[in-house]
Amino acid sequence: MCASVKYNIRGPALIPRMKTKHRIYYITLFSIVLLGLIATGMFQFWPHSIESSSDWNVEKRSVRDVPVVRLPADSPSPERGDLSCRMHTCFDVYRCGFNPKNKIKVYIYSLKKYVDDAGVPVSNTISREYNELLTAISDSDYYTDDITRACLFVPSIDVLNQNTLRIKETAQALAQLSRWDRGTNHLLFNMLPGGPPDYNTALDVPRDRALLAGGGFSTWTYRQGYDVSIPVYSPLSAEVDLPEKGPGPRRYFLLSSQMAIHPEYREDLEALQARHGESVLVLDKCTNLSEGVLWVRKRCCEHQVYDYPQVLQEATFCVVLRGARLGQAVLSDVLRAGCVPVVIADSYILPFSEVLDWKRASVVVPEEKISDVYGILQSIPQRQIEEMQRQARWFWEAYFQSIKAIALATLQIINDRIYPYAALSYEEWNDPPTVKWSSVSNPLFLPLIPPQSQGFTAIVLTYDRVESLFRVITEVSKVPSLSKLLVVWNNQNKNPPEDSLWPKIRVPLKVVRTAENKLSNRFFPYDEIETEAVLAIDDDIIMLTSDELQFGYEVWREFPDRLVGYPGRLHLWDHEMNKWKYESEWTNEVSMVLTGAAFYHKYFNYLYTYKMPGDIKNWVDAHMNCEDIAMNFLVANVTGKAVIKVTPRKKFKCPECTAIDGLSLDQTHMVERSECINKFASVFGTMPLKVVEHRADPVLYKDDFPEKLKSFPNIGSL
Amino acid sequence: MQAKKRYFILLSAGSCLALLFYFGGLQFRASRSHSRREEHSGRNGLHHPSPDHFWPRFPDALRPFVPWDQLENEDSSVHISPRQKRDANSSIYKGKKCRMESCFDFTLCKKNGFKVYVYPQQKGEKIAESYQNILAAIEGSRFYTSDPSQACLFVLSLDTLDRDQLSPQYVHNLRSKVQSLHLWNNGRNHLIFNLYSGTWPDYTEDVGFDIGQAMLAKASISTENFRPNFDVSIPLFSKDHPRTGGERGFLKFNTIPPLRKYMLVFKGKRYLTGIGSDTRNALYHVHNGEDVVLLTTCKHGKDWQKHKDSRCDRDNTEYEKYDYREMLHNATFCLVPRGRRLGSFRFLEALQAACIPVMLSNGWELPFSEVISWNQAAVIGDERLLLQIPSTIRSIHQDKILALRQQTQFLWEAYFSSVEKIVLTTLEIIQDRIFKHISRNSLIWNKHPGGLFVLPQYSSYLGDFPYYYANLGNPPPKFTAVIHAVTPLVSQSQPVLKLLVAAARSQYCAQIIVLWNCDKPLPAKHRWPATAVPVIVIEGESKVMSSRFLPYDNIVTDAVLSLDEDTVLSTTEVDFAFTVWQSFPERIVGYPARSHFWDNSKERWGYTSKWTNDYSMVLTGAAIYHKYYHYLYTHYLPASLKNMVDQLANCEDILMNFLVSAVTKLPPIKVTQKKQYKETMMGQTSRASRWADPDHFAQRQSCMNTFASWFGYMPLIHSQMRLDPVLFKDQVSILRKKYRDIERL
Repeated sequence: MCASVKYNIRGPALIPRMKTKHRIYYITLFSIVLLGLIATGMFQFWPHSIESSSDWNVEKRSVRDVPVVRLPADSPSPERGDLSCRMHTCFDVYRCGFNPKNKIKVYIYSLKKYVDDAGVPVSNTISREYNELLTAISDSDYYTDDITRACLFVPSIDVLNQNTLRIKETAQALAQLSRWDRGTNHLLFNMLPGGPPDYNTALDVPRDRALLAGGGFSTWTYRQGYDVSIPVYSPLSAEVDLPEKGPGPRRYFLLSSQMAIHPEYREDLEALQARHGESVLVLDKCTNLSEGVLWVRKRCCEHQVYDYPQVLQEATFCVVLRGARLGQAVLSDVLRAGCVPVVIADSYILPFSEVLDWKRASVVVPEEKISDVYGILQSIPQRQIEEMQRQARWFWEAYFQSIKAIALATLQIINDRIYPYAALSYEEWNDPPTVKWSSVSNPLFLPLIPPQSQGFTAIVLTYDRVESLFRVITEVSKVPSLSKLLVVWNNQNKNPPEDSLWPKIRVPLKVVRTAENKLSNRFFPYDEIETEAVLAIDDDIIMLTSDELQFGYEVWREFPDRLVGYPGRLHLWDHEMNKWKYESEWTNEVSMVLTGAAFYHKYFNYLYTYKMPGDIKNWVDAHMNCEDIAMNFLVANVTGKAVIKVTPRKKFKCPECTAIDGLSLDQTHMVERSECINKFASVFGTMPLKVVEHRADPVLYKDDFPEKLKSFPNIGSL
Repeated sequence: MQAKKRYFILLSAGSCLALLFYFGGLQFRASRSHSRREEHSGRNGLHHPSPDHFWPRFPDALRPFVPWDQLENEDSSVHISPRQKRDANSSIYKGKKCRMESCFDFTLCKKNGFKVYVYPQQKGEKIAESYQNILAAIEGSRFYTSDPSQACLFVLSLDTLDRDQLSPQYVHNLRSKVQSLHLWNNGRNHLIFNLYSGTWPDYTEDVGFDIGQAMLAKASISTENFRPNFDVSIPLFSKDHPRTGGERGFLKFNTIPPLRKYMLVFKGKRYLTGIGSDTRNALYHVHNGEDVVLLTTCKHGKDWQKHKDSRCDRDNTEYEKYDYREMLHNATFCLVPRGRRLGSFRFLEALQAACIPVMLSNGWELPFSEVISWNQAAVIGDERLLLQIPSTIRSIHQDKILALRQQTQFLWEAYFSSVEKIVLTTLEIIQDRIFKHISRNSLIWNKHPGGLFVLPQYSSYLGDFPYYYANLGNPPPKFTAVIHAVTPLVSQSQPVLKLLVAAARSQYCAQIIVLWNCDKPLPAKHRWPATAVPVIVIEGESKVMSSRFLPYDNIVTDAVLSLDEDTVLSTTEVDFAFTVWQSFPERIVGYPARSHFWDNSKERWGYTSKWTNDYSMVLTGAAIYHKYYHYLYTHYLPASLKNMVDQLANCEDILMNFLVSAVTKLPPIKVTQKKQYKETMMGQTSRASRWADPDHFAQRQSCMNTFASWFGYMPLIHSQMRLDPVLFKDQVSILRKKYRDIERL
């Protein structure tokens, strides 16, 4: 509308002469424009307030007061549901679009009460759980109140339990939703599908293209990659307080707690109990409970009464057997108790199986093998059982414990499909937080020995020791695999020497001037570094021979994800002071190498510059010390691997005390370095450094063999 | 018209415009504040609800979705017997609805485990090379059985790979040929391999004969036709795809930043009309000639001129300007759009070239999607959102690119680089389904060394394997020494006894096992020296060489110190080697190092025990490695290689090195200076020693070549370094040194 208005306005202004007979025309035109403007204004201000006052933001309005919608008996009903639907065929991605946050927008229809022609309600208006579910979505980041911007629509028609609704009329109610459009991009939540006697494994309500988050899918009704398999929520999750019980062996090896088990299977289970005695416990409904006792909270075996779900915590494995439906609420209780579920339900699609690795938390046994189940479980190593118990409990905490958890996991799965490149990783879905915290994920995980051809880039950090710097440059340039030399000139008050004064070497030499005299400048991922391998070397390390450096590079090639360096250092636990201590004496162990002379991957420069945790970077720059210790922490933390010290000990001129000269300050220096270790360990929240007792030497080092036949003869001279 | 009126008109027009801007501005502001609110709640994260509640808060006490007595009280006696239901399922769910539960007979696998039978090849039946390779891979695998009564899975010897009727490889009358097989049994427990199905113009996925209840291992399969957990999606591979071994991935360097010259490339045919043509026809919209280079050509087929459109000539010239190989190696992402069929050769090419595949093939069930999590190695695009692809991939963080790229290489080498790997992966996937409770989890499949090398039959606990310590905690603290004894015990000064005592004294030693592979009967118990750790003597059953690598249950630790009876080793050396092994639990760590080399004159691999500057093997006469390698040696390697070792009574150590390096892709680790010079000091140790045999060395040469040909490549890798104690031979008081004995030797 706006565009046409503008065109019309501009039109007359551009025509210099107007004829009188056009006057009426223009006046009409302007009235139209004005009317349009007023209408625009109305549109701007009115509808929002209408919508919000009638449907939204009104707190404390009773469910009984929601608007009633009468469905004529002949109102249209959706198609039955298309089993071949997949995201690329039935889902409209254009509604979701590309957005920088990679997050879908979910709209919830307002709550209505549907009645048929006779005024009889179609279903319960809304259940406690579905209300919770919609509240969770509306409180989440996914929610939008703008129907035009929504990618996914959630009807407020409650279909969680098929038994509480009238199928045909519910379908008609769905069909009259304002954006229904054959159910495209609509998501229905259902936990109890089917009804007697067949118990279909998916919701029977015709729903055309709508996605179904269902609680009891079998492999034949589940549209892989389209539907979402969700758990059947157990109301006990909220009602009962069950303190966590750690993993480990428990009183019963195998427990069955379900009440609605088909007699055939109960027979099999009881046979197991008879065969294996006390380690198997098969519980059933209690028959003679006194009045007032909640029978759902009790289970019995013969005349013994057990508390449910507490009894689940007494068992290592718990049977989750199919009933009339495949999905069972007991799965949730079992997981919560840290009992490993033994799922015996052929063709059942486990909850969230698209993203959860159930093999780590459960044992799936074919129904046919129900009587072999004991033997199967006994073959599982104890450590694996404990791992599974931990994992089971974690699944419950993350994805089962509340309706909110179930709703958000469902939306996240759909979100992952629409933005697959921003999807949560396997680890994010499956690893418990404790594991996430302690485990490492090496960014250079591929076992790769890079060929020699690329060589390495030497980076010399220098301030003003030009003479010594030139000697280092000359020495390093003799190393065959050197491909480039980068001098980081850290002195802002002084210009580097003129080009003509620099030593002439066979590889390119570049000087980078820095803006500030910071130690972290040595670890900046300069564009000039074109090789993977970086040799960090101080401007006073002139004692390393060409053989030693070349050998260091060869060792780095075999360990490209580690720090490979010359002077080694150690951290120790000081039992008297109760803190970490830095050690540079002649020790039998190494946990750090100094970056005054060390090879490492350029990736770690990037990591140091952009991903250093906490305030470590600033601390280093402020103290003008410990950048090497910080680098050792960083690499060890991310790779979980130890450093490699190469070649025998040399007399380095106290390489780490470049800033301080003289032996008297040595003591202060050590104290400061110890402080660094303690500081870094507290920032990292752990001590990532690994202690080893080995160093790398050439294969023929000190062997009784002609020196000239050795690849690296000149090693270890002092 | 009068000027006044003209001004009036102008004025009103102006005011109208101003009003419009005003309202427009309002709207803009409103939307801005709206998005600000979203950002705010976005920062709060998932678990912090934003202050505004959009869904009304009802004061009513709502009823639960299911009354308590209903949830646990379905009347179970009413619904039909679950056994009957199971039987009913298998008669209802046939054909397109086949699942393992309904179309597979598990009982066939019960007795003999997962054995695969290949029908004998019939005379006169032509079998294309690719299918020959598939059959050879099965026959060479540990799953193969020649006895159909033992088989759990059956594979046809009729070439079903190419079911395109226009293809010269097409086998006619397959329907009747298959029906006449007396073991066919309506395809039950049969696996059918297929690469191409359907033909021009609609390229259906029908293989052109009734497969009954057989499983399909098919390329280019669509999600609609794919029967989950029943079929296996395999990659499309060319007839030149190597049978075994296979090329390594092209990634040599993890360059930082991980971006290459081109961001996104593609070079391929364009179809102009018909199925699958839309996406490729639209590619030119995204092509920018700089870092996004998407090239198509119309020049293919006989009558391309007839269908050519206005862009063809321009496209064709642009197409000729770029070299495909060059682009492949220099691109960060490679577009893999569907062709006529869903899968294309581009996929494997990109994977090998470490060019992250960007999939544009809606509805393609990706290869081995049942176990491979492709999000870790590829970008799954949507054909409908082609125009968003460039901004999507540009938004991917460099850290992620680095990870995706490495994962392409891992997957290529683990599952795709040879026909054998593709076939074995297919079989392992099926085996995992049959024995669900001893199957691999997703972690095993998607992390180095991958599912083919990690056998769940060994253990279902990841910590029992040497590959996951980084995530599961420390490597084991103790080892078991396994001494391989072949000569009778005659004197108390025999080296084997000294060795036993030295190993037993190690603080890390849990127990000692003597494997008695000597023809003489076991010596009396009291002949063995008394040690602090238990000594177990096992009599080798068949006394063959390979028995030293059997996964004996008696070995209770994860670490094994493997020793020859004539090895000379001190306790210090054992201690040091073990501490080194704890840092490298997936490798062989030990003393006697050897090397291999390519002998140009003889055009074969050579073996040397000479003093060299590098090594690629550490012999198992004095080495520590993970117990799992015993299992892998016994169960992964084919009988042919193990028999060769047993017959020669030689080369078992070489074979072990081949195996471990093939798994780890890394060299072994030699520790300290000590060398064992057996092969060069023939006859000096003990007369009965096998090292005294002059043929011994020649045998080892030929072993190398036999092993390399079975693996299909040379897995051994050279190392130039050895590991010494930190203060080894340093000029410092010997008293300061922990491993001082090592220097005295």
